[in-house]
Amino acid sequence: MSSTVDVPEAEKQGEGKKKETVETVVVRFCGDSGDGMQLVGTQMTNVSAVYGNDVSTLPDFPAEIRAPAGTLAGVSGYQLCFSNHDIFTPGDAVDTLVSMNPAALKTNVADLKRGGTLIVNEDAFDKSNIAKATYESNPLDDEDMLQPYRVHKVPMTRLTRDAVEGLGLTVREADRCKNFFALGLIYWLYERDATPTEEWVKAKFANKPEIQEANLRALRAGYNFGFSTESFTVHYHVEPAQLPPGKYRKLTGNEATALGLITAAKLADRGLFYAGYPITPASDILHELSAHKNFNVKTFQAEDEIAAMSAAVGAAYAGQLAVTASSGPGICLKGEAMGLGMITELPMIIVNVQRGGPSTGLPTKTEQADLLLSMFGRNGESPLPIVAAQSPGDCFHAVQDAMNIAVNFMVPVVFLTDGYIANGAEPWRIPTQEELKPIEVKHQTEPNGDGEYLPYKRDEKLARPWAVPGTPGLEHRVGGIEKADVTGHVSYDPENHEYMVKLRARKVAGIENFIPDQKVDGPDSGDVLVISWGGTYGAVRTAARELQSAGKSVSHAHLRFLNPFPKNLGDIISRFKHVLVPELNMGQLRMLLRDRYLVDAKGLNKIKGKPFLISEVVEAIEKML
Amino acid sequence: MSTDLPVLSPKDFASDQEIRWCPRCGDYSILAQMKKVLPTLGIPKEKFVFVSGIGCSSRFPYYMDTYGFHSIHGRAPAIATGIKLAQPGQQVWVITGDGDALSIGGNHLMHAIRRNVDLKIILFNNQIYGLTKGQYSPTSPTGKRTKSTPMGSVDHPLNPLSVALGSEATFVARSVDVDIRHLTSVLERAAHHKGTAFVEVYQDCNVFNSGAFSFATDKKVKQDNIVYLEHGKPLIFANGSKGIRVNEGSRPEIVDLDGSVQEDDLLFHDEKVAEPSLAFMLARMRYPEFPEPMGVFRAIEKPTYDEEVNQQVEDAIAEKGEGDLEKLFNRGDTWEVK
Repeated sequence: MSSTVDVPEAEKQGEGKKKETVETVVVRFCGDSGDGMQLVGTQMTNVSAVYGNDVSTLPDFPAEIRAPAGTLAGVSGYQLCFSNHDIFTPGDAVDTLVSMNPAALKTNVADLKRGGTLIVNEDAFDKSNIAKATYESNPLDDEDMLQPYRVHKVPMTRLTRDAVEGLGLTVREADRCKNFFALGLIYWLYERDATPTEEWVKAKFANKPEIQEANLRALRAGYNFGFSTESFTVHYHVEPAQLPPGKYRKLTGNEATALGLITAAKLADRGLFYAGYPITPASDILHELSAHKNFNVKTFQAEDEIAAMSAAVGAAYAGQLAVTASSGPGICLKGEAMGLGMITELPMIIVNVQRGGPSTGLPTKTEQADLLLSMFGRNGESPLPIVAAQSPGDCFHAVQDAMNIAVNFMVPVVFLTDGYIANGAEPWRIPTQEELKPIEVKHQTEPNGDGEYLPYKRDEKLARPWAVPGTPGLEHRVGGIEKADVTGHVSYDPENHEYMVKLRARKVAGIENFIPDQKVDGPDSGDVLVISWGGTYGAVRTAARELQSAGKSVSHAHLRFLNPFPKNLGDIISRFKHVLVPELNMGQLRMLLRDRYLVDAKGLNKIKGKPFLISEVVEAIEKML
Repeated sequence: MSTDLPVLSPKDFASDQEIRWCPRCGDYSILAQMKKVLPTLGIPKEKFVFVSGIGCSSRFPYYMDTYGFHSIHGRAPAIATGIKLAQPGQQVWVITGDGDALSIGGNHLMHAIRRNVDLKIILFNNQIYGLTKGQYSPTSPTGKRTKSTPMGSVDHPLNPLSVALGSEATFVARSVDVDIRHLTSVLERAAHHKGTAFVEVYQDCNVFNSGAFSFATDKKVKQDNIVYLEHGKPLIFANGSKGIRVNEGSRPEIVDLDGSVQEDDLLFHDEKVAEPSLAFMLARMRYPEFPEPMGVFRAIEKPTYDEEVNQQVEDAIAEKGEGDLEKLFNRGDTWEVK
């Protein structure tokens, strides 16, 4: 935390507490999964965003909804970074850690900076909780362990109970407010305006006035505790960031994907059809879309992943903009029907919010290990275009790019995000109407071949026409059996099959003429080119810029289009001595790049269910310089 | 709908594709009856969609000059659901078989039925896997000797109508491929039903399972082995000499109409009763213990899924107004950066 002491400001505070102005702060709330950490993290994100900081978040929660209370398995965390300048990641190390119990302390304290602030709910450090956290004795008595930190032991449970006294709450109800006490304390520490949170509490508990009042009191009690007790001698000020001008709101990746889909359908003036089966971490897309049916959005919660994919294929045949979303295990189940969408050449989007695999893997953690699944995960020669989003807000734009490819080329498109950007949030600049790219959809209404309809007669992009059931005179059949060129009749002819396989591949390859050229951040030649894709954008871009500022010959190319690659990518690669490909997998993009460009790309690979730290990327690049 | 619809005939529904079913396959008859029924419905040709999965029966859409989708194994009900939700104005038929619908696609069948999606599902039951050349299917009787069960199958078969009724079907019927007039009338009833219409058609696979339904088709014996269901009428068969009565144990029993039992004592069919127990009891009547009922077991009214899904969209528009991107983007807390 870089800081300067700002004395005059501090003097304005009645209590004479010192105020430091800092640029960037990383706060992490952690506690039991029943402690409401995600909630307070989200609130802190909101107030920071509304205040004008740039914000980046990393929610981290267990797969179990309610793991046994107090255990290491049940720890839930929410990290956010807020800054006076634009930031791309939720930060490497934590400045202030709020720990609601011993288990949370044990699993999180290693990420706290030396000299960082540690706030613990000391009431939760009883014998039982200490044992559940597998500490042999109370860690709050371990001076050596706590020595590097500024430690504040706060009796949050007791203070919260005192604050809500007289409201007639049960002890259990009272104790559930302690997350707001912690939040209030952090609001004081970082000079946050609590108004948006107070409004939220008022609306959320409008029908439960005593719970509403209790949470408001807990919030205020926490704030006042920081203000008045001697324990806290300093608090911090972070200026608003200088983001590009415009109107902003906070958006998670899954919300942005949903908004992008609605926008695409609206721009195309077509209905949006979404079929899905609940799966972590993709379900929020279904939730968000089902709240916007007035945009002519139809949502279908199918009986399984296969049905969701199949219904999307059906809706695409029937002329709608069809979408399904899932995560790795669900995408595996969808494979066969994706192939059907491919051979029937119908436009649709398959969203894969990647999570740790294989199999059930790490459902709530992030990974990028489904790139090769997207490329090759179907029987036969079945190439599909792949588009990947780079950040939460970017999901909005990237999914529209995916839809544009789908309808222009009559092809299912795989849209990749991951748990990290899907659940993470950042300020999103609200686009103006003029900034939205139109999406043109044409449905065939007239015969296209001497009075008859030829469903596989192609345009110059090799896309086939899209005639929709209900259109008189264009009755035709599609299906999974190989198609005869032009007519679309069933064909077992060997020459036709080879021709059609190559034709479909050529169509997908031709998308390179439709997508923009790859951009490079930094000089367009030099020593090291770092190539990344998807949710690692933030860490890699920050790392590359750090080294550029230090005068190193490093450039960064972040790929949005993974199949086909941008036309100029080979050229770019050839102008660098070394290529580094950081990925949260064993080297999947690296394999594709090596295959395509015969380049001796090196990998930085992490498979821990966690995003890259900036420092990890910096270190890997430095080794190549 | 416009009043000057073109008058269509069966051959208007014939596609130009060569039919590739085995000679004398029961599928030919079903195709022929379908082509007869469709022109009677007063629906323009472009409003039909035929969706199928994989199997011999699933070739069906290629032979109809309508919109059609020959999809993948077992998934036709799910694909058809997508089509019907997207375009509620289409009349959507699902053509499937015993393996396609009850084995690999069992889950989709069950869920399409319980949602009451307005689909006409015709299950060609030949009790065998024909396209893969003769393995036993989920409706083959126990002990069936096939290529994959040389010592006889030890599986217990599913009863398609029981599955449909157990899934809360609003329309359940059965017919036989060669009983042309009956099949036509059942297809017609299915076409007019609003909601999922589930029809099982006994279909002879004359190559791999020939004669599986001869008890119901052989003119010499069929009158003793099947009983036609008619709403409001007693269950009488064997040329009027026998009837079905419900005994004191609430079980069906065969009685001779020799004067000792009156028609009024017999079981009267009621396809409209909301409670499915009667339909279920009828579905459980199997040859050779009982004559097997043919006709409409159940036909009740219930809102359809596609109707309700589309209604919610309309309600949302009525309540919130047509979607406005400006409003959508600006929801929640926003702030301005100058």
